[in-house]
Amino acid sequence: MIKVRNPASAGGLSVATSGTPEVATDEVPGRQTDDRASSAQRVRRAKRWLAAVTRLVLLLFLVTVSTFGLLKLTPGSPIDAILPPDATPAQIASARAEFGLNQPLAVQYVHWLGHVLTGHLGDSYSTRQPVSGIIADAAPVSLEIATVALLTALLFSVPVAVWAAYRPGRLVDRVSNFVTSATLATPAFVLGVLIVFVFGVQLGWFPILGWVPFSENPVSHVEHLVLPVVTLALGECVLFTRLLKGDMMATLQQDHVLSARARGLPTWRILIKHALRQSSFSLVTVMGVVVGRLIGGTVLVEYIFSIPGMGSVVIRAVTSRDYIVIQAVVLLTALLYLAINTLVDLSYPLLDPRVRKGRAW
Amino acid sequence: MVTSLDKVPDVGQGGSVVAGMVTPTEPAISARLRRRKRPVGAILGATWLVIVILAAVLAQALPLPKPAALGNTFAAMPSWDHWLGTDGLGRDVLSRIVFGARGSMAVAIGATSLALVIGVPLGMISGFFRGATDAGISLFVNFMLSFPPLIFLIAVVTALKPGILTLVVALALLGIPTFARVARANTIALADREFVTAARALGASPLRILRRELLANVMLPILSLALVVMATLVVAEGTLSFLGLGIPPPTPSWGGMLSAGRDSLRTHPLLVFVPALFFFLTVLAFNMLGDWARSRVGRSSSI
Repeated sequence: MIKVRNPASAGGLSVATSGTPEVATDEVPGRQTDDRASSAQRVRRAKRWLAAVTRLVLLLFLVTVSTFGLLKLTPGSPIDAILPPDATPAQIASARAEFGLNQPLAVQYVHWLGHVLTGHLGDSYSTRQPVSGIIADAAPVSLEIATVALLTALLFSVPVAVWAAYRPGRLVDRVSNFVTSATLATPAFVLGVLIVFVFGVQLGWFPILGWVPFSENPVSHVEHLVLPVVTLALGECVLFTRLLKGDMMATLQQDHVLSARARGLPTWRILIKHALRQSSFSLVTVMGVVVGRLIGGTVLVEYIFSIPGMGSVVIRAVTSRDYIVIQAVVLLTALLYLAINTLVDLSYPLLDPRVRKGRAW
Repeated sequence: MVTSLDKVPDVGQGGSVVAGMVTPTEPAISARLRRRKRPVGAILGATWLVIVILAAVLAQALPLPKPAALGNTFAAMPSWDHWLGTDGLGRDVLSRIVFGARGSMAVAIGATSLALVIGVPLGMISGFFRGATDAGISLFVNFMLSFPPLIFLIAVVTALKPGILTLVVALALLGIPTFARVARANTIALADREFVTAARALGASPLRILRRELLANVMLPILSLALVVMATLVVAEGTLSFLGLGIPPPTPSWGGMLSAGRDSLRTHPLLVFVPALFFFLTVLAFNMLGDWARSRVGRSSSI
């Protein structure tokens, strides 16, 4: 297929002959195709936004109802946790009334939602602390690990993927292919334990347990951060490399790359400005999935390395049957996940005009 | 010009178009030979899975000590009596691996089947009828996808009683959206094809079209996907057992063994390596088989 609509491939060649190739190169082809939207397009866009908002509201409703229901489904009620086992029926009845448990479920749901929206997530059954306080303590730790891991994964995967795509079949490509297949077949928790064994037990380079806050001792903080982050980043790194390499190899076959090469641009410039920028879109499309994996991975990593984050909170809550804490964590992670997925969805048409036409779920 | 339009060059079909004539060429022949090469990875993967599944099914009949039988050699290295050594309580590791495979395989196969049985019809109905039905089912699928997978599993396991059946249900719920999405996409792609129009013209009911015309065509790519899903469910089951939320401890499970082995990582790393190796090989086998199946069936239209 010959891309005639590509203004840069026609204009760029003439510039190349005049000897100043840099002039036309900063335009990424295909970007300026539809700046002006017709009114029909605008209506379509408005409809799509409306549909997206409706869907989001419905999903929020379903997510909140189901997390509310989670607590109703679980055996035992908050009453059992508070009252002594030999409480009289009268005591139970008054406690039920006090907690509003004698009201219809719909009323209870609205009350609960009101509390949640004002930041009152209830008190932990086992420790009596407010759940919001527990989460406020734990969430920053998890966020730090997940963010650092994500950045690390990008930092390593992008250069490897670019180089492997540029020189397929050579050393970098082969090594990355081998590591990718091996890592893909290793579950995250297996990987974590093996990393503990190699770097913690055998080599003794890094501490394998616990957490030191940054404010207490920055050096120790970083040392404790290394192994969890490596464990978490490795899986994502492999995913990114595989995806980006595939996309880059396809992009490098395209005409605008050939034309850039014909204009005599340096290789790094072609790879980064002409190919990577276009291919990096494929990374955005998986960001939703990646965030889901990161949340799960953080739970595991915190469990393996005994880090006091959200993961440890939820695992402790499950083992001690502290349902109200589980409910809060499930609700908050689901809302975070939903928010990020919605942002990713909405960003497609902004980033890539080709998506604006039609789309699947 | 006309000939080259009539005969579209089809690379890999054993010929190249030269002036409108199909002539066999050297590289094309080697390409054909290459394609006929045995899929070594897939064969090895299938062999491994057959061994694991056979061992799991025949676990009772194999000449192994009981997985819960306590011996008098603790955390021993592999020997003639205990091929993979013993754990900290003197139990035979090989026996625990074999009996652990029962749980893992039963859960993975059961959950994948359940997810197929529910997810595929949902996706097909959604893709065939479109409109309000599609919107409803899409909403349901999106709802299930609005929880991060592990958090979703933790929530379901918390809400239901722990046990194998709970695990199957929880993991099946995780698999349903995947199958529904692919079934929907494939149904949409197939619904405009001539054979569907012909069936409709002959007066076939929607149910008949879905069952007799579309199901077989939709199932083929989905079955190849099912292998990959099974691999992820083996991992998910292992993760839950590792966290102590899966198969309850007295029953052996690979995840549980790995978790228990962590305590003696410094002194007896073998107790971690053995289940780790079995996880690795099993997931690798599923992936290889799945990749091969997908390359045979053609890329499924969505992940």
